[in-house]
Amino acid sequence: MNLSELEVHGSATVVGVRSDGTEVGDGFKERLEAMGLRKGRSVQVLRKAPGGDPYEVRVGSTTEIAIRKSEASLVDITQEPLPDA
Amino acid sequence: MITTEIGAQPVPKNTNKRVVFVGQPNTGKSTFFNRVTNATAGVANWPGLTVDFMQAEITKDDKTIEFVDLPGIYDLDGFTEDEKVVQDFLQNYSIDLIVCVINASQIDRQIMMPLQIKNLGLPCLVVLNMADEVKRFGVKINTAQLSEHLGMPVFTISAKYGSGCGIAIDGIWKTVNQLEDSYKVVELVQCCRANRITEADMKNAMDHGIVMPPTNLVTFTNRMDAVLLHPFFGLPIFFLSMLLLFLFIWNVGMPAQDPVADFTDWLQASVLEPGLSFLPDGVKDFIISGPYTGFASLLGFVPLVAFFFVVMTALEDSGYLSRAAYLMDNIMRKAGLDGRGFVMQLFGFGCNVPAIMGTRTIRSKSQRLLSILVIPFALCSARLQVFVFFLGIILPSNLGAFALWLLYIISFVVAFVMAAIFNASGQFKSKDPFVLELPPYRTPTLKQVALNVWTEMKTFVQKLSVFMIIGTTITWYLTNFPGGAEGMQTYAGQIGEFFQPLMQPLGINPLLTVSLIIGFVAKEVQLAAVATMYGTAEGSDALKATLGGIINFQQGFSYCLFSLLYVPCLTTVATIWGETKSARFTLFSVAVSMVVAWVVAFGFYQSYNLITGA
Repeated sequence: MNLSELEVHGSATVVGVRSDGTEVGDGFKERLEAMGLRKGRSVQVLRKAPGGDPYEVRVGSTTEIAIRKSEASLVDITQEPLPDA
Repeated sequence: MITTEIGAQPVPKNTNKRVVFVGQPNTGKSTFFNRVTNATAGVANWPGLTVDFMQAEITKDDKTIEFVDLPGIYDLDGFTEDEKVVQDFLQNYSIDLIVCVINASQIDRQIMMPLQIKNLGLPCLVVLNMADEVKRFGVKINTAQLSEHLGMPVFTISAKYGSGCGIAIDGIWKTVNQLEDSYKVVELVQCCRANRITEADMKNAMDHGIVMPPTNLVTFTNRMDAVLLHPFFGLPIFFLSMLLLFLFIWNVGMPAQDPVADFTDWLQASVLEPGLSFLPDGVKDFIISGPYTGFASLLGFVPLVAFFFVVMTALEDSGYLSRAAYLMDNIMRKAGLDGRGFVMQLFGFGCNVPAIMGTRTIRSKSQRLLSILVIPFALCSARLQVFVFFLGIILPSNLGAFALWLLYIISFVVAFVMAAIFNASGQFKSKDPFVLELPPYRTPTLKQVALNVWTEMKTFVQKLSVFMIIGTTITWYLTNFPGGAEGMQTYAGQIGEFFQPLMQPLGINPLLTVSLIIGFVAKEVQLAAVATMYGTAEGSDALKATLGGIINFQQGFSYCLFSLLYVPCLTTVATIWGETKSARFTLFSVAVSMVVAWVVAFGFYQSYNLITGA
């Protein structure tokens, strides 16, 4: 499951960010990680903008970001507890 | 972990030690930088780098330190424009100490940068800013423990309110004076990638004295956002508040231009003209109508631009501008613009100049350039004068108001369509992912706003004076030479005549063409030029009668369309140049507006004639 599939008020744990392997893709991944979307961090969808895109997402407890659906789909999440976290 | 070839390498010592500030955006880095440098910093140009930084030299106890504020970045080895600039700086200029400013309430993710710097092997000092927000969020940080783990001095401050700043500044001086070597970084990106910060590194750092609040925390910001970012009411609230702000700026800021104009007129009549009377008439006339007029018209923009910046700074600092981007993203992305671009486009309807300067809040460079390209299509208040006058002649009835409304619509549609075209062309394709931080709502402080506005105004006048003086000098030459020539005999007139094959299909006669050439300087002079050409007083009934007898509706409206879409004024062009630092882009933007103006006016005039059979 990925972040774009999470409903409003839904929360989950980040498994990882995917990259298509290109330089731009790697850059996207790094930016998302710098925003706090790293393995083991919690994410919650606070609300969706008019038209259902972008999402307002809380990362951890104190970072709030706006992320487009297309970029959110790069973030793999799970609603089960991570085995090693 | 660091091999000998990459990472920080000692280089010959700097004569004056150099301290550079790095940090993520929205950390209050520049606010703290201003405190360290007592707001004495000025813009400095670094050879080989495309961006200017704020820089200051401070002397204390016979020691001079150079402080440099680098752009806010998310990641040291990132790939965006700003991140590349920081990398270039660290690889090309030797430094003695890095001050890494962190928003302490987000230390769980921002701790990455000090760890990256540590891996590079650069001396670093960490400043934990936003002590006030940390308290509100309930984040707990044991600075001593963290400092020991990182092996770096750590200070807690509130750059906004000043608490802890004195101690941190002393700490910076003490640290840098104890350091021996200067460093340059070799292969920064490779070094970062070879020593990537892992989850374990981050967790390890977090385990040294940091406790984050629970993830289900409900803050004041969350309660505000429930209303302001509401899926249905969010947009209407946004439009309404922007409209009110717009009315506020133009009702308070516009009249503020009059006293400045009165002052420059007075200066010209009572000081310059008598003072320069010893000079030959030609020289005197040149100084007053050339460079002085350029400088005076630039000065006339200052109150409005200053007022605009007060509002913009407050809006940006409050955190609402990022939310505008969130609300408008769905609509604006179709044209390749972001929500901030929309706000600037809207403000462009008052005056294009501050709107173009305001695009600085747009993070992505390509989106910023795209915004700069389409803002000049916004029908500004100076152009309004031209339309009111001409529509009064060609459509004296209520239809005039309708036509004016139509011009506003055309203005917005053209901007949107042009943005969409350029976006589709791929030239301005954004490489930046759309992830945008939504910082908590903050109350802007008066001091911060005032300081920002003062710095902006200083650079505005310094940067643009040259462009304005050159521009007005050229126009003065074209409209006054060859010697003794008037009207159509001047170079401007000859150019007007030369362009007739181009302008005739738009229904614009040679005299009006010349007024358009002069209107390049400012739309205010454009009307004056029309009056001079037809030998009557500006705005007089005689002029209206004369023109009414010469031009028909379609010619007048075509002239309005052209005036709406071509280069708004020299100050706008100078601002584009100043903001983009690219003569090529500036020329491109001028060319685009000319072509669009011509095509739209041509399309209207020809099809109107075709349909009505005129």
